[in-house]
This record gives sequence, C-alpha cells and structure tokens, in this order.
Amino acid sequence: MAELVSHPDEVKIVSKRFGRGATGIDRYLELDGYKAVQKALGMQPDGIINEVKNSGLRGRGGAGFNTGMKWSFVPKQSPKPKYVLCNGDESEPGTCKDRLIFEHDPHAVIEGVVIAGIAVGSHTGYIYIRGEYRYLSNIMQQAIKDAYARGFLGKNIFGSGYDFDVYWHGGAGAYEVGEESALMESLEGKRGIPRIRPPFPAVVGLWGGPTVINNAETLASVPHIILGGAEWYASLGPAKNGGTRLFCLSGHLNRPGVYELPMGYNLKKMIHEVGGGIPDGQNLKAVVPGGSSTPVLSADEIDVAMDFDSMMKAGSMLGSGGVVVLDETTCMVKFALRTIKFYQHESCGWCIPCREGTDWLKKTLTRFHAGGGLKKDIDNMYYLSENMLGRTFCPLGDAAAMPTMAFIKKFRKEFEDHLEGRPCPFEKEGAVEQLPVMA
Amino acid sequence: MADVNITVDGKKVTAPAGTLLIEACKSVGIEVPSFCYYPGLSLQGACRMCLVKIEKIPKLQTACTTVISEGMTVTTTSDEVRQARKSMVELLLGNHPLDCPVCDAGGECELQDMTFAYGAAESKYMEAKNHKDEQQWSPVVYFDRPRCILCYRCVRVCGEGMDVWALGVQNRGVVSIIAPNKEDHLECEECGMCIDICPVGALTSGAYRYKTRPWEMKHVGTICTHCGDGCKTTLGVRRSDTGMEIVRGDNRDKSGINGDFLCIKGRYAFDFADSAERLNQPLIRKEGRLTPSTWEEAFELVGKHFAEIRDKEGGQAIGVIGSNRTTNEENYLLSKFARVVLKTNNLDHHRTADFPAFVAALTGKLDITASMRDVFNAPAILLIGNNPTDQHPLLGWQIRNNVRLHRARLYVINTLPIKLRRQAANFTQIPAGTEGKVAAFLAGQDSVAEALASESTSRENWIALRDKLRGEQNLIIIFGSEIRGNDIEVLVKFGSAIPGAKFVCLGDYANSRGAADMGLYPDLLPGYHRVADNGKFHREWGGIPTTPGLNLPQMVDAAKAGKLQALYVVGSNPIGRFGIDPFAFSKSFVVVQDMFLTETALMADVVLPAANAYEKSGTFTNTCDDLQLIKKAGEVTDTKTDFEMIVRIADAMGFDVRKLVHFGGGGTRADMGQSRGAQSGEADQHGVWLEAHGLEPKMSPFDPMAILDEIQRLVPGYDVSRMNLLAGNDQHTNLAGSGPSTLHNPELIVPANDGLFSSGTLGRYSRTLNSVIENRHREPAETEVAAD
Amino acid sequence: MTFSDQFESRFAEMLSHYPTKRSVLVPTLLYAQDEVGYLSQEVIAELAQRLDLTELEVRNVISYYSMLTTKPRGKYNLQVCTNISCMLRGAEEIFDWCRQRLDIDHKGTTADGLFSLEEVECIGACSWAPAMQVNYDFHENLTVEKMDTILDEYKNRGMQ
Ligand SMILES: Cc1cc2nc3c(=O)[nH]c(=O)nc-3n(C[C@H](O)[C@H](O)[C@H](O)COP(=O)(O)O)c2cc1C
Ligand code: SF4
Ligand code: FES
Repeated sequence: MAELVSHPDEVKIVSKRFGRGATGIDRYLELDGYKAVQKALGMQPDGIINEVKNSGLRGRGGAGFNTGMKWSFVPKQSPKPKYVLCNGDESEPGTCKDRLIFEHDPHAVIEGVVIAGIAVGSHTGYIYIRGEYRYLSNIMQQAIKDAYARGFLGKNIFGSGYDFDVYWHGGAGAYEVGEESALMESLEGKRGIPRIRPPFPAVVGLWGGPTVINNAETLASVPHIILGGAEWYASLGPAKNGGTRLFCLSGHLNRPGVYELPMGYNLKKMIHEVGGGIPDGQNLKAVVPGGSSTPVLSADEIDVAMDFDSMMKAGSMLGSGGVVVLDETTCMVKFALRTIKFYQHESCGWCIPCREGTDWLKKTLTRFHAGGGLKKDIDNMYYLSENMLGRTFCPLGDAAAMPTMAFIKKFRKEFEDHLEGRPCPFEKEGAVEQLPVMA
Repeated sequence: MADVNITVDGKKVTAPAGTLLIEACKSVGIEVPSFCYYPGLSLQGACRMCLVKIEKIPKLQTACTTVISEGMTVTTTSDEVRQARKSMVELLLGNHPLDCPVCDAGGECELQDMTFAYGAAESKYMEAKNHKDEQQWSPVVYFDRPRCILCYRCVRVCGEGMDVWALGVQNRGVVSIIAPNKEDHLECEECGMCIDICPVGALTSGAYRYKTRPWEMKHVGTICTHCGDGCKTTLGVRRSDTGMEIVRGDNRDKSGINGDFLCIKGRYAFDFADSAERLNQPLIRKEGRLTPSTWEEAFELVGKHFAEIRDKEGGQAIGVIGSNRTTNEENYLLSKFARVVLKTNNLDHHRTADFPAFVAALTGKLDITASMRDVFNAPAILLIGNNPTDQHPLLGWQIRNNVRLHRARLYVINTLPIKLRRQAANFTQIPAGTEGKVAAFLAGQDSVAEALASESTSRENWIALRDKLRGEQNLIIIFGSEIRGNDIEVLVKFGSAIPGAKFVCLGDYANSRGAADMGLYPDLLPGYHRVADNGKFHREWGGIPTTPGLNLPQMVDAAKAGKLQALYVVGSNPIGRFGIDPFAFSKSFVVVQDMFLTETALMADVVLPAANAYEKSGTFTNTCDDLQLIKKAGEVTDTKTDFEMIVRIADAMGFDVRKLVHFGGGGTRADMGQSRGAQSGEADQHGVWLEAHGLEPKMSPFDPMAILDEIQRLVPGYDVSRMNLLAGNDQHTNLAGSGPSTLHNPELIVPANDGLFSSGTLGRYSRTLNSVIENRHREPAETEVAAD
Repeated sequence: MTFSDQFESRFAEMLSHYPTKRSVLVPTLLYAQDEVGYLSQEVIAELAQRLDLTELEVRNVISYYSMLTTKPRGKYNLQVCTNISCMLRGAEEIFDWCRQRLDIDHKGTTADGLFSLEEVECIGACSWAPAMQVNYDFHENLTVEKMDTILDEYKNRGMQ
C-alpha cells in the first residue's frame, strides 16, 4: 500500500478521494460518486464528447491527445459492437499514478469508462490492469461487483434503459502491452505485438469493433469534468492543456511521491518545493520529466511549465507524468544503460530497428560503462538511435531512441570520461563488475 | 474497381483502388525492398525495409501496408529513404553470423542481395553476436537461429497458406525465436514451404543442406511426377557417378499453376531417382534366373517373341499394361504400338478415376472442365469425396487459398471429417458409399433425401444445401473416385443447370489423365474414340482390331487359362498393386519396363531398366486437364525412356518405325539412334539446342515431339498453342470434342490411396519419405502419452 | 488435470466476459501459475484444449510475458526492481544483498525451494523506491536493514 503525500500547491481532483475509503461503494457515493454518470445519461452523446473536448483534457497515458477528439473519431454507426478499453498497464519507468487511482478510487475509473461508453455508443468496457498489480485487480473486481449489485452496471443502468457492462482484465508482465494496439492483442489472448495502423482502434479495435482506449487517469478525470464543467476544468491549466495531473516524483528528492498539480506547473518548483529538493546537500544534475522515454533535461533546462506544449518546446515531452530527478552523483552513462536495458528487455521484437537497435545499444553501453568504450562508440550509438527514430513499427523504438540521443547530446563529456579503459568516475571500486545483468 | 492515380519518383502510376503502394511501385518497375512483405500472406510491417517518403506525411511510411490514394506523391530514392534502408540492413547484420560462404542460401539470399543493393559495407558492430546452435526439427527441416531475420514468412505460410500452424514465435525482443509446434521438433505436413519461403538460410532442407552451391547446379524446370496435380518444379541437378543426381526441387521462379507451392513429395521425393536399387542393366531370365544382358540381346529377344506370338496366335494372345507415370507421348505410342504393331486391344492401366464416364457425360459441352488455376479463382466450390490435403496437395492449396484470399464459398461433402472442412462454409458428413445418392439428390431426385438424412443433417438441411448450390454461379464441382459410372452423369446433369459451372474429376497419378486421354483402354482409343467406330484412327493408323480387348482382370484370367501368351508391362506394377497371384502370368512371356525390381518385374522374363519422368521430355496432363511440358533434367546411365524402348521393340519386330513415329519431317534426314549411345551426347545436345531456339528436332524416331504432333492433330482438346507449351506454360485441354466414349466398368477403379507421405512404388524408394514416416513412428502417439 | 473450485468459477465467469474464448488466456495463465507454481506441460495442454488453441499458441503467449514461467520457482519469488527510480535510490545494493544472502543469482532458486530471485523492470513503485514484490506483495522504501526483517519473516512463514 503506497504512502500518500500532500503539498499545499496541490489541486486535488483525481486524487480528491485518495485515503478516504472510497473503494467502498457507499463511501464513494457519499463523495459525489456516480453522479457524473447519471448526469451523462441525461446528455446527448455529442454533448458529452464536446464537453470533454472543450475541457482540454489530454491523454494521461503519454501521447497527450485530446480525449474528446479521440472519442469523436468513433463512427456513430457500426455493424460490430463498440468497446471502451481502460489502459491500466502502467509500466513506464518513473510512473506510479494509476496504481493510486486503482487503490483509492476504483469506482472513478468505472464511472469514466461508462461515460466514455455512453459518449461513443458502446455497451461494453474493459479495464486492463497490469499483472503485477494483483491487489489492485482484486480491489477493482470487488468494485465492479458492487456496482453491478447496485444496478450501476449491467442491464438498464440507473434505470436509464441503457445497458453497460464493465469487465476487468489482467496482464502478465509486458511493458509493450501498454501500447494501445498491443493492449488489444493482449486482451484478445495473444502476444502483445502491436497492430498495423491505419485502421486506428477508434475504427477497428477489439475483435474488429470500434474501440476507445484511454489511460486510467484520463478516464478517472472524466466524471469530474462532467460534474464540474468543461470551462472550469480547462481553466485549471494553460490553453489546450486542461486540468490537473498526477505527477510521480521520484529519484533524488527529499519528498518523493505522487502529487496532483495543475497542468503547466513549473518543473523547477515541482522539484525544489513540492518534492522537497535534493537530499544530502547535493546539486541537481538532470531530470527525466515524463517517464523514461522522454528526453532528459539538464539542470539548467528545468525552468519550464509542465504541460504538453511547453515541454515539447523545451525539447522533451510531458509523457506519463513520471518526474525522475538525478543528482550530481549520478553517472549518466549508467543511467542511460539502465534505461536502454529496459527497452531492450521490453521490446516486443517485432520490427528490426527496435529489436536489433535496443540490443546493440545495450551491448555497447554495457561495454562502454565497464570501461571498454571507444570514442567512435559515442557517435555510433547516436547514429543507431537516429536510425531507429521514426522508423519503428510502434513508438517503443522512439521511446528508446529519444532518451539515448538526449543523453549523448547533453552529457557527451561524461561519455568521453569513460573512454578507453578508464573506469566509471562515479563508481566505487569494483562495483562495475557487479552490474546486474538481466537475461 | 476504380483506378487511382499516384506519382512515384516523378512517374505517373495508375492502379486499382485498394492496391498496396509496394505493388503499385512494382507495376512500373520501381523496386521497393522488403523482407516481411510477401504477396498473398498477411501484412506485417515488421522489417521496415520498404520505408518510403510520402508527401505531407512527416515520418517515412511502409509501402507494404500503405494503400494507395488519389494524388499520393511518393519518393523512393531520396537520401533519407536510402539511409533508412541501409540502416535496416546494418541492424540486421549486427547479429547475423555472416557465414555466407557455407550457407545453403549463399547466392540465393535476399539478405545478401539487399546488402549488395542498399549497402552496409562498413561494419559498425563490435559486440559479441548472439549465438544458438542449429536444430533439426524433422528429417527434412533444419533451423539455424542466428541466420533468422524474423520476417515471419515461415510462420505465415505454414499457418495461412497450409493451414498447418506448426510454427510460432516465442519469447520477445532480441531473443524472439521461431519455434516448432512440438517444442524441439515439428509435427506437420513436412511440405517444406517454410524452407522455400525463408529469404535467408535460417530454414534449410535436410535433403539439400551443405550439398552444393546454387550456381553449381543445372536448373531444369519440369513437372513433379508424384500426384495428379502437376506442380511445376525446378530441379537442381548436378553430375554424379551414375550420370546425374537431383539435389533439390523447388518452384524457383514461382511460375505455373502452383506458384510457390510444392508438397513434401514434390520438394524432396525426387530421390527415388538415385535409389541404390535402381535397375541399370537389362535382365533376361536364363535358367530361371534374371541375368544381366545387353540392350541388343534384350530387344532382339522381346521382338522375336512378340512377333512370333502375334503371328502364330494373333494379337489377342498378347496383353499390354500401360502406366500412369509415363508421358502422353509414351502412352499414345503404347496405345498405337499395341493396336498397330501387336495387333491387340488387350490394353489397360491402373484406373483411378472414371474418366471415360466423365467424358461421356460431358459430350458436346464446351469449356466445362476447370483448370487448376480456375480452382484458385472460382467464387464457389463443391467438393464431393476425396481428401485433397493428402491426395491432391496442390488442389487443396488452391481451394484453401481461394477461400482465404478471395472468400470463395466451399461446400464439402465427405464420409470423413477431412481437413478442408476448416475452410468450408458448409461441411456435410455422409455415410461411406452414399456419394452417388448425394449426386442423385442434387440432381433433383428428392426421394433419396430420406436415405441421406441423418442426425446431423436433416432432410431440410439437405434441401437448403441444394438450394444454396443452385443459387451459385461459376461453381466448380470437384469429385473423387467415389463418384463413378452413372453417378457422374447424374452429377453433371445437376451441375450443368448452374450457370458457368465447371467440373474436375480427380485421378491419382501424375499422368492418370494422360493415360486415359491417350487410350490405354481395351475399348477406347486416344480421345475416347471407341475401337469399334470406324473413325480417324482407323484411317491414320490403319488396320486396328475393332473388337474391344481384355481389361486387366480379364487378362489375368486369360493368362491363368494359358490364353495370354505374352504380357508387356510398361511402368506399372499390377502384381504389387492389385495383389494378383504372382504366378498368374507364369505361363506367359512377360516383359517389364521399370525403374525397380517390383513384384511384377520379379516374375518377368525380360526386365528393361527405364528412365523416369525427370529423365525424359514430353508432356503430362494433370487431373484438371492442364497440359504441361516435362523437361529432361539429365540421364542416368544405362536406362532408356519407355518411348525409346517401345520403338526399339517395334523395330526388333521388323516393323517400319516410320509408320509408328512420323519423324524426320519430310523424310529428309533421320537419326536412327546410331549416333545415340546410352550416354547420348550429341544428338541430345543438338536437341537441347533446337529446343532452346524454339525449333523442334524430330530428327529421330525417339523424339517424342513427333508423336506430340500427332497427338495435337488427332486427340481432341490437345490442339493447344505449341509455343506456350514449349515456353513452359500450362495449357488447358478441352474435352468437348472427345468421345463418344462409353459407360465404363466402374468396379475396375481402384484409388491409389496415397497419403501425404506415400506415392506408390516411387514412394517406397524415396529415402526422404521413408525417413519422415519412420520419424513419425518413433514418436509415441499423443493418446499414449496422456495415458501414463 | 484439476484446478481449485475458485479457479474454475473464475474461469467460467471470465469466459462469459468476451466474445472469443482465447481472450481469457493471459489472466487465466497467471491464475493457473499461481495455483500450480508454474505453467507445466499439463497446464498448457489443459488450457489449450479448453480454449481451442494449439499448445504452440499457448507457449507463444506464455513466452512473451515476463511474469509467466514454465519452470518451477521458489515459494517466495523476490522481484527486485532495479529500474531508474529504484536504481537511483540504491536498488542495486538491495539486489546484490539478496544475491549474497540467498546465494543465488538472477532467476535462481534456493536449494530449499523457498526463495527465488529476479531482477525486474519497473513495478510502479517509483515514488517509494527502492521497491520489490514478493509474489504479489509490494515492499517499498527498502533498505538493507529492512530487507533482513522481511526475509526473516518470509522464511518463518515458509517454514510453518
Ligand atoms: C510502448 C508504449 C507503452 C505504453 N504504455 C502505456 C501504459 O502503460 N499506460 C497507458 O495508459 N498508456 C500507455 N501507452 C500509451 C497508449 O498507447 C495510449 O496512447 C494510451 O493508452 C491512450 O490513452 P490516453 O489518450 O488517455 O493517454 C504506451 C505507449 C507505448 C508506445
Ligand atoms: S518498435 Fe517494433 S520491436 Fe519495438 S516494441 Fe514496437 S513493434 Fe515491437
Ligand atoms: S516489407 Fe514493409 S515492413 Fe517489411
């Protein structure tokens, strides 16, 4: 059970019921639960979509696509059933926010799924939760059962004449399955290999039916928008970046934790004030601002607003909300190696550039960090990443290439310090050999 | 479909809507490289070799998954595209073992070609390569993991193309690996399609592995000799002690009726040809024992005996049994030889289908037999009887892939739940022996509906099925030997009412159809003309007996009664095949032409070692009436073609062979075989030269082309384009002018009952087929495993 | 083969949630593994048969997911995250400590069959790093000292 933290700058919307016993359906109802869905049942589907569109809610899974817009791509008429699929595969290193939502507010996710369903004319929703989160699956399954018992799910929900079923689904350990099309494959009982697009899931998704796929946090935000209104939600953040989001602060911080802050919150402030600054009197070296796939920012680049557009301008990405803070004792080569090791391990192996590229990078970085690096390796790794970027079957290849390029570009000197037999300047004696190597 | 206009590298391209960009480029000669894209298989987008630049789209796009749209402007030659291709090759080579010098695929490897074309000459990779040892998955399939580039072609062709699904992908990321269905080995149809489709040397053939380099073989395009489907195959041939050795069979240029398809037999079972048990000397029975002799002695002896018996007892004292595996020319020649030289109508062969009844039913109907190509394109197919997966692998492939790629509707009626039911829109299981009732019911005889109705298929179901079939157009009706005799006429009656319907009557061997068409019957001449009718053959051939001769069982009886004094068996093993008492012919003078000392040859007085279809030229007609050229791949020492042997026997009987084979055109020059020793040489090479130049030699009485002339002139339906035939194209023959044929003796039909891994006598001498069968027996059956 | 009643009722219920049978495969495999300890040949054959799949297909899927295993492992599977957030806060030390104390390596199992060790990717505990899961239970903000207590507890529990 993850610890909760708080900070005065927080604007608690998605996290407003955290720690308040809202897993219980009665308590959830006391805390305004299931009001939004009843309101949505009285609205026109297009009305719901517009409300969400205007709220400026953008996908919390990483890509930051306008949620209402995504819903509007679902065809009105479809010979095949339509589906809503909640992405709770949360596996991006640095990210641990969906976990809190499932732990403290599972009904909010259910409610979001139902509202999305009403908006696009679907009658079935699935909530996919990663296999490691077994205790959360149990919580979710109980929540679904309770909602069925009250008639909030199933036939004729809330006596509205609308039928809606919600089911839980579980993963079994695979980051790539978080990618939306691989997620559908996994749910269909297959290997998590992404699908060719187009067609996009909104048109051809689960079992061939149109499918809306959203991150758990995205869906958990929806009921609040329906109740509070688009205007209110949009006003919380800068233009086109409505609302708040859960930032997962981790790494070298005094007060790591998950904080809900308005979109556009200043990163520097987030680190030094919300996160309590760097421990042990160390200095900041770098920040990975949105999960491991986002390009690293150096210490002098952090005076930036944490919203999708500002981060893009700053040469990085807002990503999944995982803010990983690195102090000056961190070896960037080792950090790069650990990052790449992850992508090498999680690549589904379908396409050449990602499968071979991540393995090549991992091998080179391993040798490099152990002191066997050559000068040309640095350019070679950059060249490799450049050649992966934009050419892989799914964005996982980019997710491996982008940070690598940023590490090399921004910390080239540290790479050069490792060259030609020189041991890592950051390691204690002998530690290099003990680097855990994953099979 | 409407056409769509796009621009590729400044070139205007027009293609039907729905065309993939990679195909549109190909249509105007712009090559977009690919590993994973393979026409006819599902799209993958995995190898990323086909990335191209499409205007207005920031990222490079895969041409293999992009459907063209109006106005699309594409660049395939920019630096960006070139760099993308180069880097893909580079990335692949990173972990590739680069053992090209010893790799089977060397010289025929797409990875080599891509490296050559798109360049990655400089090696940036310094890391240790991932290694795994080679694995043997079956007697014929080997897997070399490090060479695998994971294009998933093998997985798809096995699953989608073959409906076998024996290959999968295991693990993920860089340790992903192609895996066989039984963990460390394969249990499958052993078709070798996975090997054929592998763009590199990751999957290799047990038969061919490490034997030669592709450029050191001669490649001869010919027709497989195993079943009645007639797949084209390219034989890879190299010299050996016995003259030649076939080391590989694959349809290299993917042309012809089978495209890239071959089954296990086509791909590996050519090895009967260099079986150690192959006969390579004429044998004459002396003092009760078969003793080696010279060709001259043998021909002289046979000629003398045949002539004597004919002259003394009359032709009716001689019987002839022909073959389902000799060429049309040989069959025609044999038919003519029997009638004209031996003066007998006692002629038969192993009948596996009732072609005469089929022809009788089709009389006068134009364009009513389906070609093998039609089977791939028909909107609907009705299959009654037979199990194509085992007995007609290509036909099975055509049906299956027609359903998969064109959504054809397949209706299957069978006594067993055959595998093709998985593709069927409707599968109806019936009790054994009721196929004829089905035909009757379909043709409108409602009274049999009660008899057909069963628990699983009610009377209503039957009526609904018939209504559905009646509603089809261009339906192809395929039937096995279960439907014969009068039932064929009934079925044809039903089919003829369906607009555009066509038929296929399934016969089992490589040239069963040709044997029938060329008149290896006691009562039918080539083209199903009756011996009694005073037709063109009487005019052309002159003086043929007009009363029908003895069929095979009658010949056996006659022999037992001492009335059949000589028996001439060409490429057939009646004693082995029909379980005839081996001593039935002990009173007859028996001459056998064969490759092996079969049960029949063992009882013979003279055995003449024969060449097989890979060692001669001529034509075959497959079970769908497609006429195809077979080409000689090489010669095996001290064997002769059946064609030559028949002519030599005629000559030894004192017959003017010019009347048998109209060789030498205007009679200017002739090669009587003097220049052609067993090892041939010049005449042969001359022939090859003439053929290569589109000319036909016909200089020798041993030249089947001279007989082909006659066949084309006299056998209805065979007047196809000679140019196309010589070019290696299949030509559909038309039976409409045949006949009138007769209703036949359906009880004489005996299906070959060959399975996937058997092929009559040939199969018994194939090392590969035997090793596959043995390997199967070694594995405990699944039920046994479950029991303990 | 037989599974527990709980498994069976869950399996039956899940089947009703999807339009295709095989959709239940991934979560079902995990539940089956929880019961049997690993995905034995028997389990694979049984599930393949129930879901109309070939055993090959089931194996293809199993081998894709990192939590699924076809080999038995210890009663308590220590999955130590060493991904970035945890690494920054000393995960390697935790992992090394486990290796030494249990005298096993990555994916190894102790001789008494009590513990297995695995270095895993991010488990969603970044803000409470370093962290590990023992089977499904999270242990967060780990220190070497804390590890001692945790391991002792499991050991005691395992001995009972
Ligand atoms: C490799 C990869 C992994 C991903 N993992 C997740 C994930 O764990 N959770 C998630 O919500 N989205 C993940 N995504 C993003 C999803 O593909 C998808 O964009 C998202 O679920 C859409 O929801 P949203 O619009 O609400 O963000 C991942 C994407 C990629 C390329
Ligand atoms: S980029 Fe390619 S190999 Fe990597 S995860 Fe995506 S599809 Fe799989
Ligand atoms: S051919 Fe297009 S990705 Fe392989």
